[in-house]
Amino acid sequence: MMAALWAAGAFGQTQGLGQKDGVPQDGEVHVLHVRGPIYMILGAGGNVTASVGQDGVLLVDTGLANMSDKLLAAVRQLQRETATNGLTENRFGAETRSSERALVDTEGPPKPIRYIINTHLHPDHVGGNEKISKAGRTLTGGNVTGDIANAGEGAAILAQQNVLNRMSKPAANQPAIPFAALPTDTYHRDMKLSHFFNGDGIHLIHEPAAHTDGDTIVHFRGSDVIATGDIFLTNSYPIVDLANGGNINGIIGALNDILDRSIAEFRLEGGTMVVPGHGRLCDSADVAYYRDMVTIIRDRIEDMVRRDMTLEQVKAAQPTKDYDGRYGAASGFWTTDKFIEAVYRSVAGEKKR
Amino acid sequence: MTRSWMVAGVLVCWSTWQAAAQVDFSGEWAPRFYEDQPERVPGPELGDYLGLPINEAGRMRADTWDASLLTLPEWQCRPHSADYIWRGPSNLRISQEVDPVTREVTAFHAEWLRSVDRPVYLDGRPHPPDWSAHTWAGFSTGKWDGDMLTTRVTHLKEGYIRRNGIARSDLATLTEHWIRHGEFLTVVTIVTDPVYLTEPFIRSTDYELDVHQQVPPYPCEVVEEVEDRQRGTVPHLLPGTNKFVFEFAKKYGVPAEAARGGAETMYPEYQLKIQKSADKH
Repeated sequence: MMAALWAAGAFGQTQGLGQKDGVPQDGEVHVLHVRGPIYMILGAGGNVTASVGQDGVLLVDTGLANMSDKLLAAVRQLQRETATNGLTENRFGAETRSSERALVDTEGPPKPIRYIINTHLHPDHVGGNEKISKAGRTLTGGNVTGDIANAGEGAAILAQQNVLNRMSKPAANQPAIPFAALPTDTYHRDMKLSHFFNGDGIHLIHEPAAHTDGDTIVHFRGSDVIATGDIFLTNSYPIVDLANGGNINGIIGALNDILDRSIAEFRLEGGTMVVPGHGRLCDSADVAYYRDMVTIIRDRIEDMVRRDMTLEQVKAAQPTKDYDGRYGAASGFWTTDKFIEAVYRSVAGEKKR
Repeated sequence: MTRSWMVAGVLVCWSTWQAAAQVDFSGEWAPRFYEDQPERVPGPELGDYLGLPINEAGRMRADTWDASLLTLPEWQCRPHSADYIWRGPSNLRISQEVDPVTREVTAFHAEWLRSVDRPVYLDGRPHPPDWSAHTWAGFSTGKWDGDMLTTRVTHLKEGYIRRNGIARSDLATLTEHWIRHGEFLTVVTIVTDPVYLTEPFIRSTDYELDVHQQVPPYPCEVVEEVEDRQRGTVPHLLPGTNKFVFEFAKKYGVPAEAARGGAETMYPEYQLKIQKSADKH
């Protein structure tokens, strides 16, 4: 079933997600400032997290392909709004420096889009890779420039290795993904950018076998913002893409990992901010509520599997009834029934082992 | 009298009238307990859903709720949300925020012993977009209806209707009416929740001015409350295994179906229905 969903491009759809959580459905892209250089961009497909500042632009995910122009326009607008003339007002005597330059000098050109990080392989998160990457630039030098003529063309695209593996070999009835849309740099367990970016240490962490087998969460360590990809959603039950290596226990493990990395500011509120794959801006308390819900439902279904109940019996028992009004769906690509089935198959598969 | 003096006189009268249309809620307020004391101070009994307009989903959340959930590090320091905190036993301080230029009251701030600051904006600012973060206090704006302040609260985090597992979702909104009669403050809260309630849930709570009161700081440290608990464990009861669901009904002689709650149990007519049912048996 999962393979069929993927083949049909269902994971690229966002219809059916969002209505319960006030996520924009107007076909437009909306920008929400999170903290420091970090912005959350909604409406382009999956949520996009942007770091925009003097080091350039880093994007976590690129939304749907058909939203690339609007996403790019939103990024350009942020670049203009955050651009400076690079001068600070001098308040000390100096032979060659006058603070008046700060009043006179115009703003410099926007710094380029330099990095794209893909949280996973679904088209609502990687669809804009090609166009957005081409609008950017990679800073290179030394041997790289000499050996690879086009190394500086386009922004680098970072992802966990399994994302590249799967994007390089799309399903039989799916068209090949353009080379320019594929990740250019991959990692296995975790990866840290070798330098701060707009004041943040950037940490990419692989969450194995969760939403897929190639999930990355991105921690902006200075701003203390975590972009989760589709491991965490606020408008749906978690989507478990079994065909691409996902598993409900991996999602729970990843949610706990996000909580372990988070520190609330006061009374379990604020502090580490969390940008979900879809839905509204969150903090760790929102993740904890979601973790509780997913764990409780997993436990219920696991208990039913232990009692040798069939999938149909499990569905009939309505193990999600108390959460359906918040996260469930009777129609669309990710219904409550499909979620129950994915959990069932996750825990039944582990029971067999 | 010159024309300019006449204009000034009219303006003074207008501004005085404007001020008279507002009531000062600032001050130190102490909770007053009446029939609500058992719920507000020691806390509600397990399985007591009486008079709550909950749906089946809300009932299931409560039936499967395990109080041990509160020992998780993620929940040890959770404050009551804006809708519930009026019902807590805490003292309340309300302060004014005044624009130094116009001298208008632009916001009231409410804080309780274990709460976060809760501003209620009176300056006409809009609510944030739906995709903004939700907080325990939510986002509140107020408008005057004579001497009564009516607030609209959105962007609430998930909370609870009652401290025995009755959940209130983060899609809920809150309307309040703040009413002051001399030294008494009555706040009417109206919770609308499309996830767990079938009708708006209305409560009123009283406070009395207490000029000797001081709301102290209340730090909270997260500690390991259950030793050797496996990471990722979330305490809960599997459906159908809660042994305490009917304990409240038995203890107080309340018909079991009434203790299960639902909108019907909020209204006086329900007593007649229960009585007829009892007569038949």
